[in-house]
Amino acid sequence: MNLRKYLKVYKKFFHTSLASELEYKTNILVDLITAILSLIGSIFLLSIFFQNNGYIGGWKFEQALIIQGIYTILNGITNTWFNPNLTEIVKHIREGTLDFVLLKPIDSQFFISLKKINPSGFLEIMLGFFLLLFCIKINQINLSLSFLTLSLITISCSICILYSLWFFISTTTIWFVKTWNAIEVLRSFLYIGRFPLNSFSFSLRVFFSVFIPIAFITTIPSEVFLGLSQLWKILLEVIVASVFLITSRKFWLYALKFYSSASS
Amino acid sequence: MVQNIIEVRNLSKSFDISSKEPGLKGTIKHFFRRQTKSLKVIKNISFKIKEGEIIGFLGANGAGKTTILKMLCGLIYPSEGSILVSGSLPFKRKKSFLKNITLIMGQKQQLIWDLPPIESFFLNASIYDLDKFEAKKRIKKLSEMLEIDEELFIPVRKLSLGQRMKSELLAALIHEPNILFLDEPTLGLDINAQRNLRKFLQKYNRETNATICLTSHYMKDITSLCKRVICVHEGSISYDGKLDLLLKKLSPVKEILIVCRSEEDAIKLGNSGFTVKNKIKNEVTIKIENNYFTSSLKTILNNFDIEDLFINEPPIDEVIGKVLIKKDYDI
Repeated sequence: MNLRKYLKVYKKFFHTSLASELEYKTNILVDLITAILSLIGSIFLLSIFFQNNGYIGGWKFEQALIIQGIYTILNGITNTWFNPNLTEIVKHIREGTLDFVLLKPIDSQFFISLKKINPSGFLEIMLGFFLLLFCIKINQINLSLSFLTLSLITISCSICILYSLWFFISTTTIWFVKTWNAIEVLRSFLYIGRFPLNSFSFSLRVFFSVFIPIAFITTIPSEVFLGLSQLWKILLEVIVASVFLITSRKFWLYALKFYSSASS
Repeated sequence: MVQNIIEVRNLSKSFDISSKEPGLKGTIKHFFRRQTKSLKVIKNISFKIKEGEIIGFLGANGAGKTTILKMLCGLIYPSEGSILVSGSLPFKRKKSFLKNITLIMGQKQQLIWDLPPIESFFLNASIYDLDKFEAKKRIKKLSEMLEIDEELFIPVRKLSLGQRMKSELLAALIHEPNILFLDEPTLGLDINAQRNLRKFLQKYNRETNATICLTSHYMKDITSLCKRVICVHEGSISYDGKLDLLLKKLSPVKEILIVCRSEEDAIKLGNSGFTVKNKIKNEVTIKIENNYFTSSLKTILNNFDIEDLFINEPPIDEVIGKVLIKKDYDI
């Protein structure tokens, strides 16, 4: 893979997509307001849960806010890249425009995963980042090099797992054509990632660790922030993210063999 | 000697198609137990195409033309047989192969809807590894050939269908491909836009010696661009050869309405051995076989006092229509 070429193409993707979105100013404004209201609503909901009891699953409100911060960043990434691109796969396959993607001398997964952006998601990323900075302050977390490295690694792994899950479901469109409902189910499961995993029953904890790895998406990076995570958990997160990423890639290449294009 | 750029041998393609009975009962049955059957849409076809040729694929809706085109450009895996395009196996979609071909579909678009076409051109240029200078040069050259200028800077959604199609062509040709696959490129265009597009394709073929594989339901596209046609009937090739030979075979006789200066001349002409279809006063309609058309016309002009004459050829659509419903043509 020619990295320079891909960077150049991504620059073009970014520019054209941003220009397309900026054509509709009101839409962007509504999206931005929604992002702010959604964060306020989530924090309010979280505070209600902590009103009667100071702790949920062994987590204080100030600590649980870290999970909310990470969730907001990941939701921002989902809204900026995954949602506009991966839902587009369904359209590409139903309408047969995936033909144009497959006939370009560029990696098709790169093309369909990154062609579009939704700029309003950037605000969510920024809000999440500021919330994390606020959490670092109120939880008196020391900003050391190892802390920053581990946080970066675990959040990157979370992004990989999240992307792979979305991509995996979107790819099944090649067989089932309409998988929008499955994506909505995944989204609603991801809402659970706003709460500490320990606040759920044992069976749900197993479910959200093994089948839909929400534990790996928000809880482990939050534990790293609080210095509670053990090394084996971080290693496991790296392994899980690698397996998810590789599997989604292989699954895409396998699925393309079954692509029959839409009739003209 | 001109080389074959496309070689297809014993190619077949089957699809699993699900069928559904009508009504609510059928819908419920279809939901729980979907019945699928394998349908062979392309049946053991073979053909070769030479470099620089313009080939027209003719056939009724669902005959398999688009499936053939999509297998040739590597979008669909063949079930049986082999395809070699420009020395490559298309379905492997190697980068060197993809840089050599392009696909244009009249009913689908790749331009970014909300932005002017120029943005899509530069995006495609970066995908095909062209630097800014080279991209600008090619956009200028192609836009001159396609006679588009201001349209390059107007959002795609505001362009007319004809302008959009021209822009689609420019986006698809910016990498200067050697092989063009065109699936109904003139679909929905008005007569002038269709003519301009055909003129462009002829010019592009002349200047670059690109091979063009074309499907179209507009016979004017086929007759003005293609010397050779491949007729597809229910997934099999019913005819592969020169278009004029096919037309001669399908329409062996021409009708001529001759207006003589006097009724006497008309009677003389009617009795001179030609097959007379009709005679009213000084007007005679005769039938002449294509093979003797020129010589017969010369005889008539030399021996009779003619005021006017009209050659009636059956409409090309009507003639070609016969191909679409017939299984085999031996020429």
